[in-house]
Amino acid sequence: MSFSRRDLLKAGIAGIAIGSFPSLAFASSELVKKKGQRVVVVGGGFGGATAAKYLRKWSNNKIEVVLVERNTSFISCPMSNTVLGGSRKIEDLTMSYDTLQKKYGVKLVKGEVTAIDPDKKTVMLADGHLSYDRLIVSPGVDFMFDKVEGLDAQVASESIPHAWKAGAQTVLLRKQLEQMADGGVFALAIPKGPYRCPPGPYERACQVASYLKEHKPKSKVLVLDANPDIVSKKGLFMAAWNELYPGMVEYRPNSMVMGVDVASKTAKTEFEDVKADVLNVIPPMRSGVVADMAGLANVDARWCGVDFLSYESKVHQNIHVIGDAVSAALPKSGHMATSQAKICAAAIIEMMSGKQPDQAPIIANTCYSMVSSDEAMHVANVYHFNAEKMAMVSAEGGGVSAKRSEMEGAFAGYWLKNILNDVLL
Amino acid sequence: MISFRILLIFIGLGLCSVAQAAGVDKHARNMAASCSACHGTDGYSEGGMPVIAGMDKALFVATMKQFKSGARPATVMHQHAKGYSDEQIEMLAKFFAAQKRK
Repeated sequence: MSFSRRDLLKAGIAGIAIGSFPSLAFASSELVKKKGQRVVVVGGGFGGATAAKYLRKWSNNKIEVVLVERNTSFISCPMSNTVLGGSRKIEDLTMSYDTLQKKYGVKLVKGEVTAIDPDKKTVMLADGHLSYDRLIVSPGVDFMFDKVEGLDAQVASESIPHAWKAGAQTVLLRKQLEQMADGGVFALAIPKGPYRCPPGPYERACQVASYLKEHKPKSKVLVLDANPDIVSKKGLFMAAWNELYPGMVEYRPNSMVMGVDVASKTAKTEFEDVKADVLNVIPPMRSGVVADMAGLANVDARWCGVDFLSYESKVHQNIHVIGDAVSAALPKSGHMATSQAKICAAAIIEMMSGKQPDQAPIIANTCYSMVSSDEAMHVANVYHFNAEKMAMVSAEGGGVSAKRSEMEGAFAGYWLKNILNDVLL
Repeated sequence: MISFRILLIFIGLGLCSVAQAAGVDKHARNMAASCSACHGTDGYSEGGMPVIAGMDKALFVATMKQFKSGARPATVMHQHAKGYSDEQIEMLAKFFAAQKRK
């Protein structure tokens, strides 16, 4: 290395002065000047955005919060299956990060983290770095495309979408559905658990069937489930399929899709090749790969082990992990990510002032599934910290809806409005 | 448990800022924070679901106990209510009662 750190810094400053900066020189500069105690949050989904907001709110704005997010706006994954059914547009689920900045003073940095240095307590981005006192990694999930032969990120973005992160692929899948001829087959492949949103794939089958029933009634939804049975709300989903969409949804358990033929839209399981008109393969999932930049995925090399009092990583001190990436007996849901984010934010505020966090956290989860344009059902549970097991354990009394209803369909809409407000406004 | 809350209210040009000083039961606050997905931040629902911010403490406790026993019909609240002890319901009630009605 021929440049000293000081030289690089000088080059960086000079670069700013003349308005153009080579990336190498800029790489040593702090992207946002650090003022006092700082938490950097990587990932602005349900978990990360909530953590950022509540760190500011509950510290009376004393802690500086920098949120790193690569997308320009927030798109809600919960309820995004209704875009396939047609009762919502993707725009209805899209929110701005403006209020987090203006009302709460969260500093937003648009970009992608390229490296994490737990010893120096910095995260690197393409054009500089951010130093932190504590780091929250809220990376969501990434897809294990290598488990499905023939599938990769590009194929998913162009022809066989997973649409398991709301956005462009959701819109693409809806378009493919619109272009499908009546009498066609929509095949949906569900990966082995754990995956994001346990009831989500079955809700998707309902939403697709809802569209087909109205527009292409001779068509079929074929569900190829890698799991031995319906993972969540089984009785309710079966009733919805049988009563609302009789003869339209065919469910095949123990049908793990191990490969695809892209040109012919064929899904290959161990036992059969299934040709579809629209093929929607949801690949197996793991914690978002950002977690690997600090070796945080210590459980099966997929999920991140944490201390449930603070969500501090089991691998590194001063790094916390929240949301879908966490290894826990908790559902990977938007509500759960926000609940974890608040416990994490509260704990960090206490720890930063040398105090002990809440020793008995209790969190709750409610997940609605829309089974038609206006009917929904839920699963709800309360989880208590169990000091003996050092884990979150489901309390007695939780469960699912007695039956689907229009009333719960309305509640699902109110849930969406209130949770989005709670996360971003 | 909580002896008092100090509310500093700054009012000027229609701008109202409420700062909470020492005295907030953080365990109760953390527990209550899970309710906001449906009932809004600090219980200020933005529509549809009931506003529980500023709800009378005794009414909150009675309602939750009715959900818990099944005396009051519900789609989802009976399942949540059963997840909390009577003491925890008291703590939640106190937290939400202390939120100012808007």
